[in-house]
Amino acid sequence: MKSLSEIEITSKRASKAAGYSWGIAEEIGKGVRLLELFGLAGIKNLNEYFKSKANNQFENLNLISNNNQSDKNPYCPIIFGISFLDQVKTLEKFEKIRLNDIAYPFLVLPFLSRSSEIIGKKIHYKFDEYEFILNFNIKIFSKSYGDKFPINAKNVEIIFLENKDNFSEEDWKSLYKLSEKTFVEESDSLKKSAAGAGLNDND
Amino acid sequence: MEVKLRDPNVIMKLSKLGSFHQSKLSFLRSFLEEFKDWEYKKDLFDLNENGFGTAIYSFKKKERVYSLICFANKISDQERSDRVIATKWDAAFALYDGVPSKLDVERLKNEVPKQEIGRLSYKELALSRANKSLRVFDHVVKNLSNGKQPDLDLLDKVGYLYRTTAVYGSGKFGLADRFRIKNREEINGPFRLEMMLVYLVRQFTFDQVNHIAKSKNPKFAVELDPKISKRLGIGNSTGLGMAPFIVNHPTLLNNWILCRETALKKVREIKKVENDKINLFKKSLRNSVKNITSWNTESKYQLEKINSLLNNVKKTINYLENKFSFDTEYPFNKIYLWLEKETCDECIEYIVSIMMEPFDEILKPLVNKMSSEEEKHFNIPTHRTIEDLRNIIEKRYPNILKIDFNKIENIKNFWFISKNKEEPRYSDRFEEQGSELEQPLAIARDIKKLYEELIISKNSLTIDKFLAKYSNLRHVVRRAFIIEKFPYAEIQDNTIAENVVPIDMLRLKLSFFGALKFDPRSDKWLRICMFQGAPLPRELKNYDQQWVYNF
Repeated sequence: MKSLSEIEITSKRASKAAGYSWGIAEEIGKGVRLLELFGLAGIKNLNEYFKSKANNQFENLNLISNNNQSDKNPYCPIIFGISFLDQVKTLEKFEKIRLNDIAYPFLVLPFLSRSSEIIGKKIHYKFDEYEFILNFNIKIFSKSYGDKFPINAKNVEIIFLENKDNFSEEDWKSLYKLSEKTFVEESDSLKKSAAGAGLNDND
Repeated sequence: MEVKLRDPNVIMKLSKLGSFHQSKLSFLRSFLEEFKDWEYKKDLFDLNENGFGTAIYSFKKKERVYSLICFANKISDQERSDRVIATKWDAAFALYDGVPSKLDVERLKNEVPKQEIGRLSYKELALSRANKSLRVFDHVVKNLSNGKQPDLDLLDKVGYLYRTTAVYGSGKFGLADRFRIKNREEINGPFRLEMMLVYLVRQFTFDQVNHIAKSKNPKFAVELDPKISKRLGIGNSTGLGMAPFIVNHPTLLNNWILCRETALKKVREIKKVENDKINLFKKSLRNSVKNITSWNTESKYQLEKINSLLNNVKKTINYLENKFSFDTEYPFNKIYLWLEKETCDECIEYIVSIMMEPFDEILKPLVNKMSSEEEKHFNIPTHRTIEDLRNIIEKRYPNILKIDFNKIENIKNFWFISKNKEEPRYSDRFEEQGSELEQPLAIARDIKKLYEELIISKNSLTIDKFLAKYSNLRHVVRRAFIIEKFPYAEIQDNTIAENVVPIDMLRLKLSFFGALKFDPRSDKWLRICMFQGAPLPRELKNYDQQWVYNF
């Protein structure tokens, strides 16, 4: 079994060898480490992308808008992912980001995961029939674990999810009521000696 | 009175860092302190009459066990080499997390002696190998087997029976990643498990030499006197592999230096020092002189430093004995200011280390702050502006910005990874091939390059927009934002200049390890000794805290 440290260093060096700058290579190393830590096929997809990159042209999307259309070639998932990470605080105002064509969409995942942590919002990532929830960089939820992911996706959507409860107010009240059974009624004398007691609050 | 922390632009110069000495904050000393009340055991000692076989040693506390598995092998004299390109060693070691099963030992017997080309698992925490100092080892065996103790002069001259040629940890070759163990209370300082490995290897070398002597002459052989054993440590040959580490781990480097600087600041701020502490300081300083006079090296560079150190330490002792009174307020501040005025860097840093000796109440809380959660500082704050970044660089790199990188002498060298051994190397850019594969370790040059782009960029531009255009500078943008928060994170020198002395970088790291008596063999590698004078495992429960100066 390879350690995460080996995975990160080798991915970083391979990325430099594939033509990226050292700073980008560092990001890729961290990203592949994250994917493998979550049990996702980072090494496999990166390897396949680099092989594909040797024979194909990909577009670098450096400045992202809400609707990104590449006319000629698919977007590079690495440059898109890093641009997204860098620009996420500006991008979240869009609510939804669309791309018409991206290579190896799976490789965008670690950058979205880190972006989710930076803005403190969950991110919903969809391409073809695949869907992922990026959860503050703590977990990546999906039904698609272990699947072979497409080498190209035509309809990609990234949605910033507002922070809201996953449960109804009714469910909350019911549970809260049960929790109240752990509380103890205070006597009058205790109330008088609690914090702030005896002071003039208008001081 | 508040004393300021020393200026990073001065302290982080390589010539200064290359003058650092071990202290109570050093990792081998904090390891001993942490593990002093653990149960030590020799669990297995299955060596043949020539000392080849398997041995296991352990430290245990409650449910936690760390086991060192030793494999001693027969190799020919021709095969013995300290260089990293060697493929066989006299002994190989793995530190195992827990109690190894027979199957584990069998598995490791196949893998550990192969070192870099073997595969370890997440159950192993550190890996190492070592070679005998033949002249000392054979001499000791011969004498012990004849019922005599060895020649102390020879032992003192070398200082060890074995020297390690590499100690690996943190995920190398399949070893456990640091995240698996970092939350363990006993691992709250850097390199603690590597220190444990070296310490237990030291004990193995004593047991092995006694065993061979006894096997040679069962009737008359004697054991190595424990007092003599204590005077022996473990040697280490260290090359450039260690140098990039301190560049690649800026927040960790910051925390090491910051803790040392904080300790010094707090010692200088003590208004009145108690007599027992004064006496401990003076005694340690006096006793330490023999560490200098017994420091053997053939390196002209180091000999000059040692001579200067010895003269200046004697001068300091004379000053303290005859001209200085500890009745004065803030005595250590006054001593420090005197040192700065009257002595050399090597002496200042030497005495700074000794000043810390009496003050456990200052040092102990700092020991736990010497690790770093590096991941937390990886993200670049891309919402910030060019103006912010430019200000950081002007504040943190004033000397670096003065360097002219158009001059050949300032870009003379480059760092690369050797294809043969996957180890860092350092070479002349204009004479050797491969500079296009340079590692990102020329921080000074790249920071200057970044600065030159920043001064022609719009102040209000945000970093995300800048990076979209200058992805080649991303590694130093990240770095500058780290340095903003961690002032001691950066070496304030040009690591690719013609006149750089790479062993200064090694010396810095080794001083934090706790090494004594640095012996440079060139400007690119050196030998050291670790745990020389340290208590033996059975003495740990009640040991002399100042053993470094008292052996």
